[in-house]
Amino acid sequence: MLKTVKQLRDCYDVLIIGGGPAGLAAARAAWDGGARQVLIIERDSAPGGILNQCIHNGFGLHYFHEELTGPEYAGRCLDELADTEVELLLNTMVLSLDELPQEPGREALGGLLPEPVLATLNPDPLTGHPAHRVFAASPEWGSICLKSRAVILAMGCRERSRGAIRIPGTRPAGVLTAGAAQRYVNLEGWQIGRRVVILGSGDIGLIMARRLTLEGAKVLACVELMPYSSGLRRNLVQCLDDFGIPLLLSHTVTEIRGRRRVTGVTVCQVDTSRQPVAGTEQDFDCDTLLLSVGLLPENELTRAAHIPLDPRTRGAYVYENMETASAGVFACGNVAHVHDLVDYVSEESQRAGQAAAAYARGQGISGRAIPIQHGTGIGYTVPQSIHVDAAGTGQRDPAAAINLFFRVTRPQEHVSIALYDGDSCLKRWPRLRVAPGEMERLQLPPALLHGCGSGSLTLALEHAAPEEAGKND
Amino acid sequence: MYDCTIIGCGITGAAAAYLLSHYSLRLLMLEAANDVANGSTKANSAILHAGFDPEPGSLMARANVRGVEMAAEICRRLDVPRLNCGALVLAFSPDDQHTIRELYARGLANGVPGLRLLSAQEARQSEPYLADTVTGALLAPSSSIVDPWEYALAMAETAVKNGLALGLGRAVRRIVRPDSPSGKDYFELTDSQGQSYQSRFVINAAGVHSDQVHAMIGGHNFHIHPVRGQYFLLDKNAGRTCSHTLFQCPTAAGKGVLVSPTVHGNLIIGPDAEAVADPDNTATTAEALEYVRRMALRSLNNIPFGENIRNFAGVRAQSDRPDFIVEASPQSSRFINLAGIKSPGLSAAPALAEMALDLLAQAGLPLKRRSDYDDSRRRTRFRYLTPAQQSELIAADPRYGHVVCRCETITEGEIVAALHGPIPPRSLDAVKRHCNAGSGRCQGSFCGPRIHEIIARELGLPYEAVTQNDAGSYIVTAPTKGTGSKGVTAC
Ligand SMILES: Cc1cc2nc3c(=O)[nH]c(=O)nc-3n(C[C@H](O)[C@H](O)[C@H](O)COP(=O)(O)OP(=O)(O)OC[C@H]3O[C@@H](n4cnc5c(N)ncnc54)[C@H](O)[C@@H]3O)c2cc1C
Ligand SMILES: Cc1cc2nc3c(=O)[nH]c(=O)nc-3n(C[C@H](O)[C@H](O)[C@H](O)COP(=O)(O)OP(=O)(O)OC[C@H]3O[C@@H](n4cnc5c(N)ncnc54)[C@H](O)[C@@H]3O)c2cc1C
Repeated sequence: MLKTVKQLRDCYDVLIIGGGPAGLAAARAAWDGGARQVLIIERDSAPGGILNQCIHNGFGLHYFHEELTGPEYAGRCLDELADTEVELLLNTMVLSLDELPQEPGREALGGLLPEPVLATLNPDPLTGHPAHRVFAASPEWGSICLKSRAVILAMGCRERSRGAIRIPGTRPAGVLTAGAAQRYVNLEGWQIGRRVVILGSGDIGLIMARRLTLEGAKVLACVELMPYSSGLRRNLVQCLDDFGIPLLLSHTVTEIRGRRRVTGVTVCQVDTSRQPVAGTEQDFDCDTLLLSVGLLPENELTRAAHIPLDPRTRGAYVYENMETASAGVFACGNVAHVHDLVDYVSEESQRAGQAAAAYARGQGISGRAIPIQHGTGIGYTVPQSIHVDAAGTGQRDPAAAINLFFRVTRPQEHVSIALYDGDSCLKRWPRLRVAPGEMERLQLPPALLHGCGSGSLTLALEHAAPEEAGKND
Repeated sequence: MYDCTIIGCGITGAAAAYLLSHYSLRLLMLEAANDVANGSTKANSAILHAGFDPEPGSLMARANVRGVEMAAEICRRLDVPRLNCGALVLAFSPDDQHTIRELYARGLANGVPGLRLLSAQEARQSEPYLADTVTGALLAPSSSIVDPWEYALAMAETAVKNGLALGLGRAVRRIVRPDSPSGKDYFELTDSQGQSYQSRFVINAAGVHSDQVHAMIGGHNFHIHPVRGQYFLLDKNAGRTCSHTLFQCPTAAGKGVLVSPTVHGNLIIGPDAEAVADPDNTATTAEALEYVRRMALRSLNNIPFGENIRNFAGVRAQSDRPDFIVEASPQSSRFINLAGIKSPGLSAAPALAEMALDLLAQAGLPLKRRSDYDDSRRRTRFRYLTPAQQSELIAADPRYGHVVCRCETITEGEIVAALHGPIPPRSLDAVKRHCNAGSGRCQGSFCGPRIHEIIARELGLPYEAVTQNDAGSYIVTAPTKGTGSKGVTAC
């Protein structure tokens, strides 16, 4: 059980926004890194994040080496904090970082409202930078402004909704994101429909296909725009195939019908430029359309704080220690980039927590940072830049490998991943198959980068002869 | 017995209710939907037009200019978001240049203040992202934007607070005239729930259905030919793409598509104009949206359509007459039609209501002003308060410290206040219109289930009775097997 806040402190070492697995793992690592005034702010009434509604199993195989359900995984993360004095502030929504909350629309209420002003702070003696300020609203503490040397963004992500994909038709009840459906079914205890079509083959959609089927609903089809699924292979097998639910690849929903409640949808095949092909319309008679069309890192706070975002990850640009372009602000978990596996979230967040603790005691990272260029076939990388000489600076253990997460742009087989320093290849890693739905990870030995002379690193996907592409790891 | 019954609570009916409620009258309003402002009033461009467009001398011209003058005062008094952002009518060709000069002259004739013709360079100074093809513009500084549903809601609420009886979910189905064989001296109206009402006067403000309502007393001197218009609504991240409402010149090919900020800080883009057979057909289509997108890109170099959060359509109550219809029915001088209220109906509404009052008075309704009228209305909008004010509010009621809608920063306190307001919203979409919760970038996918629970709790409704919008738009079907694990497990 975590400590609840009895009294707000003057200035924290590390303040973490979001109490999901990312925030919890970061807190433990910050504590281990010597930070003593560590606060997690969570807007929900319990920590755990999205895991609380993921009652299926399949969590923790890498990190805890056993198969757990979402709530069990969250429970483990909390157990790990049991012997610390990390504090948790629940039911508290962070409204902004470093700037007073700016809500567009106040002008329309005609100068009736006073405009608040924010005073500047002096640099903190330890970090050399002014403390960061976090504005939040809490039923218990009111509208507060907390100061902290380091801040960790761990707000997770949200789902793309109907507007983002512009499905024409009526706007009835029965069109939900898969996550909202998951909340209704798993937390509120209510079924959301009897005949269901799912658009998008992301993991949440797949999980919900199985969940709704087990609840007695008929899932008519899972419709995917791309010629391949964006979900994990194991979920395709266990959630669709095992229940005989058809997966319609290269298809999309072109119309929603029904005035009050969904009465049907039209599904069309799409061509190679993803445009519906006339004459391929199929009508489904359904009362529900679930949308599982992607997750978006929840970076409104980040954007409002003028922290640069990478359009590819939709998260902040980060260095290998998960620090953003704003000194002392770190990002980890789904807010930095969307993960498929929570295990990697925990691991990445530990790094952020450690680095934040180091920053708070005045050992911020410095030195030469080299951006990673994207060669062919690479969708994004995290980190986007690496300090090549930072080993042994207090931020990084000289022996520790640097983690590089990335996604490919399309599924391919028999490839190798190549890392270049200028024109010379530093190393190649073979892969039997890669897919955009499965995040890849490389562990770069520090020695590999040490001599990096050209000032530019490039990651690229290359075709490999079948015999070279050995196993998948 | 009611003195006057208003049929339909869009902006027209709400304005009539608001003005009438200033007098000592027994008033009834019947609305088919389960919330107010659920017709064209919720799906339009939200512009309070300056008034340079309507034909000088027309009812439209007069009502528009007078209506927006009244709107400024009403919005201020009733705490309705309204922003005087100004408008530009863009010209792209010599023909357009000619058109904006005509509009300028028409505006002068209509009494529109402050109009000015701008060079392309001047226009670009105030709107940096204007397309390179813009050759000039007409500036209308008095053009404003408003929150259309809050505008209607505020007037309807104030009328209710002052004694108007409002029946929601009650469509008028039958009207018996006073002078029919029964010999009675009043109208008898029957609603969709079978209830009957007696009323000495009637205002027909039924929007796209106003011809059908008029037909209930045998009136057939106008018909509605509905015209649909479709929109994009972009995220607040795109809200600063332009700061004025940007119109295009009407041409033979159509009236053009506008791009405008909204009072909430979003960007709205639309509409097209397409005749539809069904007056309730508010579906969107891929073709029309593509048309809107293409047309809008003529005005601005770069519109981030990737930031779209919602598409919607509204239906204009276009009639077979060129002007608004504001008149007593030939069937009865005590039945006032406010019909064919297409654009600029939102702008004109209070002026139309004023005219309706005159017609009622002429027909014999005694209008005696009340001395006890209460038109104070203040909304608590947590997001716009200073931290000190927020803390004070939270100390008094901790529910104001619980942010439910994260995209718009709407607190539980605000939702609860709306649910106990003069016109309680009963659906998720109604809550969205009454206090903005769920109207943001995630469109309620996060807060929807939470607001659902708050509605059920506060209104004492069974969970499954809470709907998305109108009756029949159910959200949940049945409890899960063995019912769900209520509450969160971890901790
Ligand atoms: C439906 C679903 C199924 C999944 N299935 C699996 C699986 O089978 N196996 C697996 O390994 N992984 C799975 N995952 C992935 C895994 O759950 C996520 O990667 C992980 O939960 C991300 O952790 P996070 O802490 O970054 O984000 P979250 O878990 O989303 O936590 C973010 C937290 O931040 C809080 N927050 C956000 N903004 C604010 C703010 N402004 N103020 C205060 N608090 C805030 C939120 O309330 C939330 O608690 C699944 C994910 C989903 C959504
Ligand atoms: C696409 C579009 C864009 C527009 N843009 C603008 C603009 O920018 N500026 C502007 O000034 N105007 C604009 N307008 C016009 C403006 O929206 C309308 O003029 C205005 O909303 C009409 O309001 P109303 O109250 O007459 O009708 P509505 O809002 O449609 O209200 C009529 C009400 O009557 C109810 N009703 C119908 N039949 C019955 C019955 N039998 N019994 C009980 N109730 C019934 C309906 O449920 C409805 O609530 C636009 C319109 C459209 C469609």
